[in-house]
Amino acid sequence: MAFLEFKNVRIAGMAAGVPKHISSNLHPDEEDNVSTDYSPEDFVETTGVKERRTSSTLCTSDLCYGAAEKLIADLGWNKQEIEGILFVSQTADYILPATACILQDRLGLSIECYATDMSIGCSGWLYGLSSLAALVNTGGIKKALLMVGDAKGRVKGRRNPLFGSAGTVTALEYSENNSPMMFHFGTDGSGFDAIITPDGGSRNQITDASFQFYEYEGKKIHRLQSRMKGMDVFSFGITTAPKSIKKLCEHFGVDYNKADYFVFHQANLKMNNFIVRKLKLDSAKVPNSLHLFGNTNGASIPMTIVTQLKEQLRSPQKLLCCGFGVGLSWGTLLFDTDKDIVISDLVELEDTETSTYVV
Amino acid sequence: MELNEFVAKFAELFEDTDTSNFCGSTDFRANDEWSSLIGLSVIAMVDEEYDVALKGDDVKRAKTIEDLFNTVKNKM
Repeated sequence: MAFLEFKNVRIAGMAAGVPKHISSNLHPDEEDNVSTDYSPEDFVETTGVKERRTSSTLCTSDLCYGAAEKLIADLGWNKQEIEGILFVSQTADYILPATACILQDRLGLSIECYATDMSIGCSGWLYGLSSLAALVNTGGIKKALLMVGDAKGRVKGRRNPLFGSAGTVTALEYSENNSPMMFHFGTDGSGFDAIITPDGGSRNQITDASFQFYEYEGKKIHRLQSRMKGMDVFSFGITTAPKSIKKLCEHFGVDYNKADYFVFHQANLKMNNFIVRKLKLDSAKVPNSLHLFGNTNGASIPMTIVTQLKEQLRSPQKLLCCGFGVGLSWGTLLFDTDKDIVISDLVELEDTETSTYVV
Repeated sequence: MELNEFVAKFAELFEDTDTSNFCGSTDFRANDEWSSLIGLSVIAMVDEEYDVALKGDDVKRAKTIEDLFNTVKNKM
């Protein structure tokens, strides 16, 4: 059983960056790959995604960079004291090097910096947070930044209207005898193809055939684009998320009803509403951000906290967070925020090309 | 678990079609209202009412409502 607990680390602050440009799902344009299987109205009603942020130039690292500069300033941190970056994304700048290395230099951090990437999706904030918290918890690294997001895809093409671009930053700080971060994790690789980008890895190398379009659930896509078995993922989400929450509470001897807010991965509204109903939660305690930003993959939990709970977090709150998706992979976290947590205002970035770190 | 009860619950998921239009032998994909989005509602209904986790292929393989009823019954 993958249960983890860290007591010597706190979340010092959180921020999020998004492109300024809004794409409407009720009025899709030629950039949006809408399905012929249902109407835009039915799509919005089921998924809850009215609009989302998109950009044809901004990479995930650009959004994370903008959010990180804002958060570091709001925290009043000295950049030379930041000793770690973990970048969690499926849309890294390059296949290599790790984007975290670029961000170390771009942010002007010390070269005495631990920096690496992690490739995981909807459970990414939980996986990233637990990994970085484990390092900071040792006291070997005192301040570190977790960056989680997804934005511009690897291949030019029409965009899936379910997903929006976002780059989030969560600042972690060593802090002795803090209230614990409690995690539960799980993985079921038998569902590896429930959400998959078939080509472009070494199993299926890129060939001319990778670019040939085929029909998938009413959409024309190619093998360098991700595809999803919607019904399988739905079934997985509604069964796994409630189970993971109950397992965590049973293991740590806590009652999930004591949480002030429940922040779920913003998969789609139908799935999230069903999970809320299954756990018999008060929907007023379950904030959503997907109506404004869409499904932002691993970033969706911090996006929801930054954009929907900023005012509430001025006083300490108990948050229960659960992320689930591609892998299949899931994670649940229960923790208390403290009165000093800094939540930055949303950073909205202009659609400009970056000229640095480009080859 | 009764077929009639299952058909009634299945029919409720279709907003624009009269429930009297559904029976065990109904080819539900032939209904204009059917889409992969209603497929999600079917999975939710089966989870809620029968505590069975259906896969997408279970829904795709079923031609009639009774086929799906039998799949759910076998998984209980």
